[in-house]
Amino acid sequence: MFALLSSIPYWGQTILRLLGGSVAVLLPAGTIVYLFLFKMMSFMQSRLGPMEAGPYGSMQLFAEVGKWLQKEDLMPERADKFVFKIAPLVVLSSTFLLVVVVPFGPDAWITNFEAGVFYALAVSSVSVLGILMAGWASANKYSLLGGLRAAGQLIAYELPMILAVVGVVIQAGSMNLQDIVVAQNAGSIFGWDGLGNPYLLTQFIGFLIFMIAVQAELTQTPFDMPIAESELVSGYMTEYSGFRFLIFFIGEFATAGVFAFIASVLFLGGWGVPFSWFGWTGINDVDNWMNVGGPLIMLTKMLGLAFIIMWVRFSYPRFREDQLQRFAWKILIPISLVNIVATSVLKVAF
Amino acid sequence: MPKVPGLFKGLGVTFGTMVETITHGANTVQYPHVKEAPPVRARGVIALHEGNCTSCMLCARSCPDWCIYIEGHKELAPPRRAGGKPRAVNKLDRFDIDYALCMYCGICVDVCPFDALFWSPEYEYSEPRIADLLHDKSKLGEWMETVPAAPELEVGADKKGKK
Repeated sequence: MFALLSSIPYWGQTILRLLGGSVAVLLPAGTIVYLFLFKMMSFMQSRLGPMEAGPYGSMQLFAEVGKWLQKEDLMPERADKFVFKIAPLVVLSSTFLLVVVVPFGPDAWITNFEAGVFYALAVSSVSVLGILMAGWASANKYSLLGGLRAAGQLIAYELPMILAVVGVVIQAGSMNLQDIVVAQNAGSIFGWDGLGNPYLLTQFIGFLIFMIAVQAELTQTPFDMPIAESELVSGYMTEYSGFRFLIFFIGEFATAGVFAFIASVLFLGGWGVPFSWFGWTGINDVDNWMNVGGPLIMLTKMLGLAFIIMWVRFSYPRFREDQLQRFAWKILIPISLVNIVATSVLKVAF
Repeated sequence: MPKVPGLFKGLGVTFGTMVETITHGANTVQYPHVKEAPPVRARGVIALHEGNCTSCMLCARSCPDWCIYIEGHKELAPPRRAGGKPRAVNKLDRFDIDYALCMYCGICVDVCPFDALFWSPEYEYSEPRIADLLHDKSKLGEWMETVPAAPELEVGADKKGKK
């Protein structure tokens, strides 16, 4: 595969993978928080946001992290100590497990599962466990209500998300994320291959459902019932402070970044450019510079999708609990089932 | 489904505001660097005109927070006309307002029968120590310099006052 990588010993590769994984999780999280949460949200409310720490407040993130690290690590007296302590780590670890399957270039991947899509969707639901643990262990009724709401919501919205991805898998004929990228970039639209065949066009309904489900999985605002601050203080995060809260916070935005990565792999062509631009036909023809260019292309697409997620977050009020469940079960799931049937019929027909 | 156009309209509002903020600047000001002038009649701080105060205690008694502290004693002043009786006047010893308690309702200003209390729009008097928010007679007197001139009466208004 990658000549440079195979020449270094296994422990070296492991360190490289750990480093790459950390960068792939933390860099999007930091970028999303500064660019969208601090700046874009402020602009949308006609204010400037943080301006004091560094030029245009660009060092604000470090100030925030420093602030959280020096805060007291509070814990309720009757909390389940071990579960309380480990819950944020479970949430964050699901993000790290998720980024493992995302391909960033022809050889710039951490692992290359055959069933990558299956793995990603399975691992993304581990965070539900962490949230439920946090809600239960806090010994606080608001936390418990928030945790239960989160569990109900995340399970309800995992279904349309999985069903939306099934359409992509049927069209690509593979569950390997790398193959899905190649299938999109090597594809053609009715014989014209200038754009490849990004599944955004053919699976537009699937894309919409996937993005709505991602919004709900991230508990971003139209779906932020679990942390509804006007009813539940802060939901399952009520009792957390200091660096445990910081881990929840990083987890929230890192997961947003990683889901945006996965959405760009599934629907926007991932790291690739349309192969016809450079006369490539398959993954083995792709030039080595794509291992550097690919991550940059991914980052751009990720920022575009994260912009949409945050834009929706800052524009809409929150759903009521029953509306939220009804929307998932009565609207999204039937539409995505119809989408699967239509995709498979068209797949067989063409 | 009929709600879909409204959803896009909502996205348009936030996006429009973002573009406007980037191109025309924000509605807010960067406070320590740029200061907004408060309106002339803003309720910033209460100033005391000591000469007008008769320590009648009306303000202290009407204060909902009990944040005004007044102490005084009677003194004999020389008679106004030759051969008259010496007058008893109230002398103000202490007049403190505790701004840690004050809720800026302005009842004291309204209730003062001798125009001794005034609103000033000055607002920058926060202190690191809460005890320093107790403004004494001399400090309240200094705020008089920041009190804006009273607006002109309307034409034909019945003007009362000392002859």
